[in-house]
Amino acid sequence: MISKKKNNLLGDVIPVIIIAVILISLKEFKLVSTSRLLILQYIGLYSIFVLGINMVNGYLGIFSLAHAGFMASGAYAAAISSRYFFKESWMFPLILLFGGFVAMVIGLIMSIPSFKAKGDYLAIITLGFSLIVQSFLQNWRFVGASKGINNVAKFTNIYWVFGCLLFAIFIVRKFINSKYGRSLKAIREDQVASELVSVDVKRAKTMAFAVSAFLIGIAGALLVHLLGYTSPSAYGYTNIVDGLVMVYLGGMGSITGSIVGATLWQILIQTLKSLGTWRWVVGGGLLCMIMIFLNNGLFGNKELSDAIRAIRYYFSRIILKKNSPEETRK
Amino acid sequence: MSDRENQQNPLLRVSDLYVSYGKIAAIKGISFDVYKGEIVAMLGANGAGKTTTLNALTSVISVKSGEISLKGKNIKGMPTHKITMMGMIHVPEGRRIFPTLTVGENLRAAAYLYEKKDKVQYENRRDYVMELFPRLRERVNQMGGTLSGGEQQMLAIGRALITGGDIMLMDEPSMGMAPNLVIEIFETIQKIAANGQTIMLVEQNAMMAMEIAHYCYVLETGNVTYDGTPEMMKTNKNIVEAYLGS
Repeated sequence: MISKKKNNLLGDVIPVIIIAVILISLKEFKLVSTSRLLILQYIGLYSIFVLGINMVNGYLGIFSLAHAGFMASGAYAAAISSRYFFKESWMFPLILLFGGFVAMVIGLIMSIPSFKAKGDYLAIITLGFSLIVQSFLQNWRFVGASKGINNVAKFTNIYWVFGCLLFAIFIVRKFINSKYGRSLKAIREDQVASELVSVDVKRAKTMAFAVSAFLIGIAGALLVHLLGYTSPSAYGYTNIVDGLVMVYLGGMGSITGSIVGATLWQILIQTLKSLGTWRWVVGGGLLCMIMIFLNNGLFGNKELSDAIRAIRYYFSRIILKKNSPEETRK
Repeated sequence: MSDRENQQNPLLRVSDLYVSYGKIAAIKGISFDVYKGEIVAMLGANGAGKTTTLNALTSVISVKSGEISLKGKNIKGMPTHKITMMGMIHVPEGRRIFPTLTVGENLRAAAYLYEKKDKVQYENRRDYVMELFPRLRERVNQMGGTLSGGEQQMLAIGRALITGGDIMLMDEPSMGMAPNLVIEIFETIQKIAANGQTIMLVEQNAMMAMEIAHYCYVLETGNVTYDGTPEMMKTNKNIVEAYLGS
């Protein structure tokens, strides 16, 4: 039992160290251009965003469109806090936590309609919420109305982004492997049956929405402090669709899938930039192909560890076959 | 349990229960008791209100009026998971297992209440379920949805046993199963009851249910029309004609 735990720990620590070394060498020794570095940061923060969406849309199985609203509230809360309260760069963690916390409180409120409403109706409610947040920000003078907030301190760097991503992965993994995580999957399958085996559905939904909104809020806070400005127009339909695309591309209910989905989609839209408007055609077409041929997304309900196990199993069989040809002839 | 009248406090007492779907009354004031250690069967044809009764007991649907008391406490209108916590577990009609979770995950999800506090209890109950249904042990890593109907029923019963409670409500455990499997399931139910579990069973298969029940209620279009021990039922001409078909 203990040795197994140690093994897991080693398996976790080594990749983290490798990634950290890569990141440090990329940034400090300027191995890649600044624009590439920026894409990397996008990938990191959108991975957090997608992990948050996956919590509700993937593990809990509710089709929610509230993520744009959560991101907007996290981003704005963080931008306001860094302008008025936390002005020093060492206070950045506080800013991030504040953004996440504000989004979480709103997420708690947004979980209430999910107790009663179902399916398409809940999707409409959450869409309404996102649009309300957007138009509220558009009309609130204090935050610059439709012009948004400019001159936000650019605290975000690649270490913060990937540090937060690590934190997000840690939270999601802890949560999913807890009894609440298991109850989320049970509710996704059959809400009544899970109530009949004593699962507290309201509590599980509340927790899922809270964790989801918290992560999305942090992603918003990182984004604001990366770009240095924010405006309500960034949290409309485009943001909603972007989030959904990344979740479905990577696969529902999977941490690996969230990161892969965010990575692929960000790389895709950045590298296709030269195509102008046509990139949406190419990108959209690619998306259609993936959905047709891999209709669970790339990692639907699977993790990287499962994939590695499958590959290992596949190769071990090939090696076995080579070593013992007599056996295969039988 | 022939000395039913001598026992005092029933585990579950339902009195004058009314349930309606909109304007249509489904249950028209039924009363029944379940005592500790019994297998009580509720028999009736399609649409008699058997499933409705069970669903009303665990608040899956709302009750119009009447009293439901579990261990002396009124549970009418409580949220479903709280009723389960108080010790009434419900194996729903059509099994309703979690299809994309593995058998192991299905069972583990049912331990929501106590899993963290009491790992030993979970393991004990799990072992008990695996002993009752060795086939679940073989299929522990298989998705619930890929099991056969009979195995899914075993999983549903196993899941309820893991959650644990004083009284187990079972809704048509024989539905849609091969005859030899039906016998197997009923034998298991008897085994579970012999280990001290109180069971309330709702069945269309009156023959099988009467084989194992200690006491029976007959439900007809929302009314309890007859109640008695299986022996009494077998001597009643009307019942025999209506339900046993001979």
